[in-house]
Amino acid sequence: MRYAMAVDTKKCVGCSDCVVACQTENNVPIGYCRDWVVETMDGTYPQLEIELRSERCNHCDNAPCVRCCPTGASHFADGGIVLVRQNKCIGCGACIASCPYDARYPHPKGYVDKCTFCIHRVKEGMKPACVAVCPTKCMYFGDLDDPNSDVSIILKKRKSKTLIPEAGTKPQLYFLI
Amino acid sequence: MNEELIISGRDNLMVDPHLQIWHWPIPFYLFLGGLAAGILFFAALYYIMGKEKEYPTAVRKVPFIAPIILIIGLAALFLDLRHKAYFWQLYTNIKLQSPMSWGAWTLLVITAASVVWSALHIRDLFPKWDWKYQWLREVETFFNKYKKALAWVILIYAVITGIYTGILLSAFNARPLWNTSVLGPLFLASGLSAGAAAIVLMSKDPKERQLFTRIDLIILGVELFLIVHMFMGFIASTQVQIDAAELFLGGQYTMAFWIFVVFLGIVVPASLDLMKLRGYHVPAMLPGVLVLFGSLMFRFVFVFAGQVSRWLY
Repeated sequence: MRYAMAVDTKKCVGCSDCVVACQTENNVPIGYCRDWVVETMDGTYPQLEIELRSERCNHCDNAPCVRCCPTGASHFADGGIVLVRQNKCIGCGACIASCPYDARYPHPKGYVDKCTFCIHRVKEGMKPACVAVCPTKCMYFGDLDDPNSDVSIILKKRKSKTLIPEAGTKPQLYFLI
Repeated sequence: MNEELIISGRDNLMVDPHLQIWHWPIPFYLFLGGLAAGILFFAALYYIMGKEKEYPTAVRKVPFIAPIILIIGLAALFLDLRHKAYFWQLYTNIKLQSPMSWGAWTLLVITAASVVWSALHIRDLFPKWDWKYQWLREVETFFNKYKKALAWVILIYAVITGIYTGILLSAFNARPLWNTSVLGPLFLASGLSAGAAAIVLMSKDPKERQLFTRIDLIILGVELFLIVHMFMGFIASTQVQIDAAELFLGGQYTMAFWIFVVFLGIVVPASLDLMKLRGYHVPAMLPGVLVLFGSLMFRFVFVFAGQVSRWLY
């Protein structure tokens, strides 16, 4: 099993509903977020090209945060999801410094917090909150090992990219382009 | 034109707009750890070489500082943890892939060994010292018997401590400025030069001072070479590392790095050391104090600048 997510940069309108849904679903402390929307603009007016990306933890296959964690608090859970055990985290910040995507943040309670792919919802057969709430249905989630999952199907059909694969992290958040 | 914006307004504390997760306790600790490693390295080395009587300050006196600064360093590290109540998790796990994990264990060993080393020489400070309990006296006899083995342990762990403070940073490929393998030897060299400077500052014997002034001069030369080497590596590397080097080559940390670390911390004390060895009269304390200052600034500049350097995508 290998959970992954694909975000359609052509369908995303940048409404940030995914961000609010995540904050609500996961009780993210006020002023923080586990996912965010990036807009890139290329070219010169009037030839402009916009790309919108809903970004979050890439749940990397070769996760530097898991490697750097001195206590094993950051770990790979079932399906390759990168999670933090709160009662093992000492709040040293090594994982935060090790993430090239800056996807982690120190929770005000001391431990490090990040996107969990809403594993608590996925276990119940639901989609992650950001995917479920997206008004343009631009996000796809599922198991890459299952050829019939939403994410497998869309990645077969469409061209995709990952963010800074040259950092060697083997990210599992795909962007359809 | 290429513009990139986070339009959902991400403002995570200590992460945005750029990483600020490590504050003053980390570079302060890295300095103390490096200094203690340098002090203990020379103490163990000259003991193993059988020169305890020739260089008593290096072998017996200066190492008293080591456990004190190591404990202050550990306290600083603890201060920078955000989930303090769980700090003990460091010592219920060993993860060889994480420099912070094996570094924490190394620190435990070197701190304990430095306490024992100091305890063996406690009578140098307090001539009438008595251990009061019989079992403590037996412990002392035991370590006195195996003092050479203890010196070897200290020597090896001092090198590991010196290198690990650098490797700790170079393990983060997300921060291009830190992500260079030169950092391990560079931090070790900086720690050793600080250790030698501490010995020069505390020694009253001209012969000992001359030896460690010479050692200091050589290590400062090595440091300068490693810094040049580091920049050569950065400039010949990918755009992210070129950007990282730019922080010191015209960017916001240029002045701090070249003035405090390279000029005042290496070039000036090295020149003063050279003048001293050639027989010129220079203020006795100045080179040592400058080396220690440069060593401290080196950690501060590197830890803070490294957090600004990043991958852009």
